[in-house]
Amino acid sequence: MTLLWIPMLTLLGVLVPALTAQRGRPICTLATAALPTLALILTLAQFPAIADGEYPRVALEWMPQLGLDLAFRLDGLSLLFNILILGIGLLILLYAHYYLDKSESHGRFYAYLILFMASMVGIVMADNLLVLWVFWEMTSLSSFLLIGFWSHRSEARKGARMAMTVTGAGGLALLAGFLLLGDIVGSFDMQTVLDSADLILADPRYPLVLILVLLGAFTKSAQFPFHFWLPHAMAAPTPVSAYLHSATMVKAGIFLMARLHPALAGSELWTALVAVIGITTMVYAAWFALVESDLKGILAFSTVSHLGLITVLLGIGSPMAVLAALFHILNHATFKAALFMCSGIIDHEAGTRDLSRLGKLAKAMPITCLVMSIAGAAMAGFPLFNGFLSKEMFFESTLHTQALGGLSLILPVLATIGGALSVGYSVRLVHAVFFAEPRHAPPKHPHEPPRLMRAPAELLAALCVAIGLFPALMATWLLAPAVEAVLQAPLEFHLAIWHGFNLPLAMSGAAAAAGITAYVLHRYIRRFIRDFPSRNANLIFEGTVQYISDKAEVVTEFFDNGSLQRFMALLIGTALLMGAIGLFQVETLTGPKGNQPLDGVLILGAVLLIFTGIGTAVTHRQRLLSLIMLSVVGLIVSLTFARFSAPDLALTQLSVEVVTMILLMLALFFLPQKTPRESSPGRSLRDVIMCSGLGVVIAALNYAVLTRDTSTISSFFLENSVPGGGGHNVVNVILVDFRGFDTLGEITVLAIAGLAILKLLNRLRLFMPHSDSDGRIWCPDRYPMILTTVSQPVLPLALLVSVFIFLRGHNLPGGGFIAGLITAVGLILVYMARGVDWTQQRLAFPYQPIAILGVGIATLTGFGSWLFGYPFLTSSYDHFHIPLIGDLELATALLFDLGVYLAVVGATLMILANLGKVTTSHRPSKDDSTPIPSGLHRTDVIDAANPKPDAKETV
Amino acid sequence: MELLYAITTGVLSASGLYLTLRGRTFPVVVGLTLLSYAVNLFLFSMGGLTSNAPAIIGDSSHYSDPLPQALVLTAIVIGFAMTAFAVILAMRARGDMGNDHVDGRKAEDRGERR
Repeated sequence: MTLLWIPMLTLLGVLVPALTAQRGRPICTLATAALPTLALILTLAQFPAIADGEYPRVALEWMPQLGLDLAFRLDGLSLLFNILILGIGLLILLYAHYYLDKSESHGRFYAYLILFMASMVGIVMADNLLVLWVFWEMTSLSSFLLIGFWSHRSEARKGARMAMTVTGAGGLALLAGFLLLGDIVGSFDMQTVLDSADLILADPRYPLVLILVLLGAFTKSAQFPFHFWLPHAMAAPTPVSAYLHSATMVKAGIFLMARLHPALAGSELWTALVAVIGITTMVYAAWFALVESDLKGILAFSTVSHLGLITVLLGIGSPMAVLAALFHILNHATFKAALFMCSGIIDHEAGTRDLSRLGKLAKAMPITCLVMSIAGAAMAGFPLFNGFLSKEMFFESTLHTQALGGLSLILPVLATIGGALSVGYSVRLVHAVFFAEPRHAPPKHPHEPPRLMRAPAELLAALCVAIGLFPALMATWLLAPAVEAVLQAPLEFHLAIWHGFNLPLAMSGAAAAAGITAYVLHRYIRRFIRDFPSRNANLIFEGTVQYISDKAEVVTEFFDNGSLQRFMALLIGTALLMGAIGLFQVETLTGPKGNQPLDGVLILGAVLLIFTGIGTAVTHRQRLLSLIMLSVVGLIVSLTFARFSAPDLALTQLSVEVVTMILLMLALFFLPQKTPRESSPGRSLRDVIMCSGLGVVIAALNYAVLTRDTSTISSFFLENSVPGGGGHNVVNVILVDFRGFDTLGEITVLAIAGLAILKLLNRLRLFMPHSDSDGRIWCPDRYPMILTTVSQPVLPLALLVSVFIFLRGHNLPGGGFIAGLITAVGLILVYMARGVDWTQQRLAFPYQPIAILGVGIATLTGFGSWLFGYPFLTSSYDHFHIPLIGDLELATALLFDLGVYLAVVGATLMILANLGKVTTSHRPSKDDSTPIPSGLHRTDVIDAANPKPDAKETV
Repeated sequence: MELLYAITTGVLSASGLYLTLRGRTFPVVVGLTLLSYAVNLFLFSMGGLTSNAPAIIGDSSHYSDPLPQALVLTAIVIGFAMTAFAVILAMRARGDMGNDHVDGRKAEDRGERR
């Protein structure tokens, strides 16, 4: 389990800077360093086991159905990378401590940095493809945060976005590749995949898998043609560049290729793709490094170039090449981190990174000069430095490979050219900054940085020399297990600084000579390339992004241009098309069951429904008439329910109908009374045809289903209603027991709708006419005598009926919903007859708490079953009978229904009574559309709306 | 009987849909209400059309299908909540935008006199 602590400690470390940021930077830095240090120690503690050829691993089941285990391993390869990630990460932390400006948020920076570190550790230790992928995406996200750390700078934002887009897109390709790989192998377990090379190579999907995985690796490791994001990522603070582009982020792609080497590499396709892309990247980027004039730009392109070098080696794939690749990963991480740190120091102390403004700094910064010279020499591959050794091995590998068949000779040639360019830009980097005469003066007077800011770079430079001088001593212990992990077999090798006079040495010599010449002739080269049109990758990228988003906008605009009518028409058209296609495949519309006989009442009802349904649509410009038609539809629908054996539905529909109509009447008062004629005849015709079409489809579908036998699960409810739910009314038992969770959700929605309406009514600006649309003022009799008189006895009656309906609900038609609606209707009648003021004095309780109480009671009833060890809302019928209280089964069902009742009453009145209250500060005005603020006397909507029918509004 | 029922459902749906395509809020709300009636009838009928056999145990030998009924019962109440929300939203839109057009743009933006 200690293994699990390595990634977990690092991940936990993200919280440390957040917690200690307020305590000052020194404490924060030290505290932040603690957990990664511990992780590094734990990693090193595993070394003896790894050196013995085992690899410790740990796996926790996460989602076993998906083959996803939280599995980590620590083999030689993970060890090498973990040391680089954690070790250099700690050095970067120290460096950043001095680098960041006092005003900058070190807590946030450290948190991002540690998050990134943890993601990298996760990648290299993952023992499951999917786990690897999750951490892979985490590096994309955290590097986005790091690169865009200076978010006030446009270039930082753009650079971060570009890195995110490119590596994120690669990540998606990688996921696809991993899923295919898992499908081929039958497991996402790393070792199973690594052991299944034969299976993978034989699969016809292998080329696709390879390309998808390589897309992920190449985008991450900035290989041509995806290299362009890396130079733009230099907008990040230098510690970030030093970390991401030496030891970590860009090495993730390399790591992936090394990790999957045993599984994927054994084909010509692998060699050709990886080697060609690698060598192209190496030479191409080296050329740009030579002609770049920004210090970090040179380093960025040189990083891309060296990544290309490692890629070539992995492409060649011979044991020696793999060794060289791993060796160069180590060497590159040391010298490139040192170089980035030095460039950051120079930027920090001299105020610029522009080579034309830098020069002669050797005197002012002698130690930085020494450090950077050592690291530069290592990058150039000069003897006695570590870069020399891996570069020699690289040359050697290119000479001995037949990877490209007859064209294999091109590899050493291009390698030498790349090496020469590498010498050229390395020499230029050091010479131009420290020894050459500057063309312009730097903005600041340069001097040495604080002692400890330099320390990390000094340590790394010392390592460059130490490894360069004593490779066998310094590097073999680390490389041997790593090579074993990649090759899946131990490799005998000996690292030495001197191999005698041989061809690789000659290539190095040629490269050094050519490189120095190139630097001497640098002026002419720059003049030569000035004639080429310059292409800024950022502009191209931004242009492409803009183009895609423009096109996407056009498409979106077509479907959703802000017009609801357009949107609805598309929706209806699509439904019509899909429904018609489906129906077209039905062979006979009338099913085997056929029709039941008709009777006169049914025909009358249907004719009325059809007439009023069409009438609602036809008269929609005269809104009141349309509304009356609608109410007739609602009434007949409730009769239909009653006719077809659904008394509960009929009762619900009837009471909802009353409430809905009152609501719509009220609302209509505040809206224009008539609809202007707007649609063109063509438009209306189109709508009629389309809606009729969909109506026909719906009717046909309904008919087709009704005349067929359908299988149903209802027999379960019918059989278990009495024994399981203790009620004879199956519909009610379903609502409060079998499907109680649905009902709970539903009353919650109802309560939320009520609250949302309350919010919408808040500070509502109202338009209220003082007369109807024909200019007749409303009836002055605000509280009609008959209504007032009638409403008085109706309320207690309604309440009585509610109680009756509620109590019998479990066994006969009724229940909480219907009872709640009846209570609400009774109360609303009082509001209408007496006005808000009168009613408020007598019924002074708010409705929001009632609705919430209802939902609460229902929820608590559900929790109640937990107390007895049963799942949420379990039927408690035969689980507990307590004397004195009696049959508690009935009590719990009633309790839930009580919640429903309260929620319905509360929500309904919240909607209607609050709508009634909003009108009290506005006077009805003459002009339909001009509100007059500050009312003269308080009116209630309900008062005002109520006389409307009396006012004989013509429609 | 089934044919007549289906035709009724279709007519109500078509009328409701036609209203939802109108350009002013109130007809759209009315249309949604009408459409929800039609949908409720449709869903209810999925259990078949049964006469004189409510799903109350002990009343008769066969029962109508209680499951669609329970679903439609909640649908009716939810439909009310939706209608209420939509119509109050329409009022709010008129208050804030100065018109009752469904596109939710201000009167000035629509080139109209308020």
